[in-house]
Amino acid sequence: MKKKQCVAMLLAGGQGSRLKALTTTVAKPAVSFGGKYRIIDFPLSNCSNSGIDTVGVLTQYQPLVLNEYIGTGESWDLDRKNGGAHVLAPYQAKKGARWYEGTANAIYQNIQFLDKYDSEHVLILSGDHIYKMDYSKMLAQHIETDADITIAVIDVPMDEASRFGIMSYDKNFRIFDFAEKPKEPKSNHASMGVYLFKKDVLVRMLTEDDADPDSEKDFGKNIIPKMLAENMRVFAYQFEGYWKDVGTLKSLWEANMDLLGINPVFSLYDGAWKIYSGNDAYPPALLLTKNGCVTNSIVTEGDIISGRVVNSVIGEGVTIGEGAVIENSVVFSGTVIGAGSKLSYAIIDENVTVGENCIVGEGKASPDKITLIGRNSVVPDGTTLDCGSITEAE
Amino acid sequence: MKALGIIFSNIHERDIPELTKVRTLASVPFGGRYRLIDFVLSNMVNSGITNIGIIAKYNYQSLMDHVQSGKSWGLARKNGGLTILPPFNDASGGGVFNNRFEAIKSVSSFIRHNEADYVVMADCDIVCNIDLAPALKAHEKNNADITLVYRKKKIDASDTYRLVLDTDANGKVTKVNMNDGAAGEKKVYTDFMIISQRKLMYIIENSDKWGIKSFSRDILSNIKEYSVYGYEQDGYYAAINSLTDYYKHSMDLLDPDVVRELFYKGGAEIYTKVRDSAPAKFTDTALVRDSMIADGCIIEGEVENSIIFRGCHIAKGAKVTNSIIMQDSRIDTGSTLNCVIMDKAAHVLDGRLLSGHPTHPYYIEKESVI
Repeated sequence: MKKKQCVAMLLAGGQGSRLKALTTTVAKPAVSFGGKYRIIDFPLSNCSNSGIDTVGVLTQYQPLVLNEYIGTGESWDLDRKNGGAHVLAPYQAKKGARWYEGTANAIYQNIQFLDKYDSEHVLILSGDHIYKMDYSKMLAQHIETDADITIAVIDVPMDEASRFGIMSYDKNFRIFDFAEKPKEPKSNHASMGVYLFKKDVLVRMLTEDDADPDSEKDFGKNIIPKMLAENMRVFAYQFEGYWKDVGTLKSLWEANMDLLGINPVFSLYDGAWKIYSGNDAYPPALLLTKNGCVTNSIVTEGDIISGRVVNSVIGEGVTIGEGAVIENSVVFSGTVIGAGSKLSYAIIDENVTVGENCIVGEGKASPDKITLIGRNSVVPDGTTLDCGSITEAE
Repeated sequence: MKALGIIFSNIHERDIPELTKVRTLASVPFGGRYRLIDFVLSNMVNSGITNIGIIAKYNYQSLMDHVQSGKSWGLARKNGGLTILPPFNDASGGGVFNNRFEAIKSVSSFIRHNEADYVVMADCDIVCNIDLAPALKAHEKNNADITLVYRKKKIDASDTYRLVLDTDANGKVTKVNMNDGAAGEKKVYTDFMIISQRKLMYIIENSDKWGIKSFSRDILSNIKEYSVYGYEQDGYYAAINSLTDYYKHSMDLLDPDVVRELFYKGGAEIYTKVRDSAPAKFTDTALVRDSMIADGCIIEGEVENSIIFRGCHIAKGAKVTNSIIMQDSRIDTGSTLNCVIMDKAAHVLDGRLLSGHPTHPYYIEKESVI
């Protein structure tokens, strides 16, 4: 087997509890986005487009939807003879069974996988972000600087910096300071959760970390501070472009809205950097409105729309009845919105049925007061749901 | 019970010279994101047929590009799967095949090497969602040599060259002839044929000796020699035999009941090559009524009663009515199109006014600039 230069490890086991009912039965990376995508499509497509053809996907929390979705990796052109996409679940070993305890431990438990491919470098990714990034450029810098670890950073507004891992680096991009969610940030260079390690360095650091009973087994809290303390070669890769953490309902909603418009904040209409996804066999969308009322919105194949859609993102195979009005909302695949129902600032999960003449988002709805209806819920005719409320299927 | 599928990719292509000038009939775009062959190919896959040969003749690059390994239909398989059967000259220098029987004869080694009980043959001019499994069962039960799938249809002049059947109470075919054009409801043959593999091989092996040159003239009409049965197919069914047919049956798709039947009936789906387009985007100036819009489109203008394929851009101030706009086409500001069939990747510049009539749609060639 030919040796790989770089393999990727994608941390996809997180629950994403701030996404509330959206992650009751699916892991966060499997949450829908932008009409036909799931969050994990972005790192997987980035790998495929960057020439990284071997990706271990580490799953743990509610993996059913995610496992089925990844399948052979075919959707991202990651079904390869040598390499490809692999789902790596926690397992039982001779000395006992362990769940993945922290990001570093999850990788530690899969050192066998890293040894099998024995690549020179290992890229660590998370399944929480919407962005398009060419990892091969980062790899080129990583090799050029002979870094032990390269951390991708993006500049964030100073007032938000305390939510991130914040780094300070010198003119050669060498990092001299790192603080995880600092109260008083020293810079606005935020870690994107994208790490590139030399493989042997990674294995050594993870093995030492696992033996340390005081460690939380986390890259940001333990591994990176230790590498800095030991004066190892820790570098930053400065990323320019769109990057969005979609960890909350509001940020997920905002990221969807960023797709709208002829010159969107974030464009998916880029032939050179396609985002791939699992494709279902739906016919094109049918717009049956007599008044022509789909404006500033995204509509996906399989939709049958008889109502009015404004400033919204509609997923695959959604049916919207006559007289229904969908405003400033995100509707995931397979959902039915009954005739005469009104949605405002709502996120409707997959396979939901909203009956006729319902009001979803009653009151002063806003991006801070998003109404959420969870997967497979059935909302009876004439129901009123207050803005900011959460409905879940039993 | 194992069946082998054989698809004729080009049999009717002379009927639509406009759309088949640059491609085989099988790869004519249809329904916003499909090619005509997707329907028969998906029908076979959904009926449990997973070993399919496609007979190609001319212009089959677009076909090969479309079907590739057959992955999109679940036909990239260890056992069986999809095989394109290109034309070739035989040793006698007789030239490539001229009709259906010669085509089948030219692929007889493919048929012989695939151990199947039955061979299911079909053309690419058909848009339907048919489950062939019950037809195969009926074929077996009747102990038939040949089963012809037909539909009951009121005949008009455009169907004159189709074969029509008479059947007895048991469904056995008693007469096969060319439609004489007389009005009335007839049992019209769909070109879906099931034939027992051994019988087919026997006919092919003896065809020179017996002077057999044509299915319709020498085999199907010879109901004394062969046990021929009919099988009725109901439901939505469209045969695309002219540009007018193409236009008319495309417009059928604006009816949600047709869409539900054609694309969702019995959970059977119609598959096509995956393109990974982003969803369609409508801007705040978009005004779309009664239309079918595929993924990858950017709609800024006005669209009514039209079908817009993947990756098209309708600019602000452009107006498209009663038209079919194929993939990756662009219509610029201030242009008006009515009853137009615009082939792939064509471009209408600012302020053009183009119009046809439903019975005579105006056709714009692939990659042309107007």
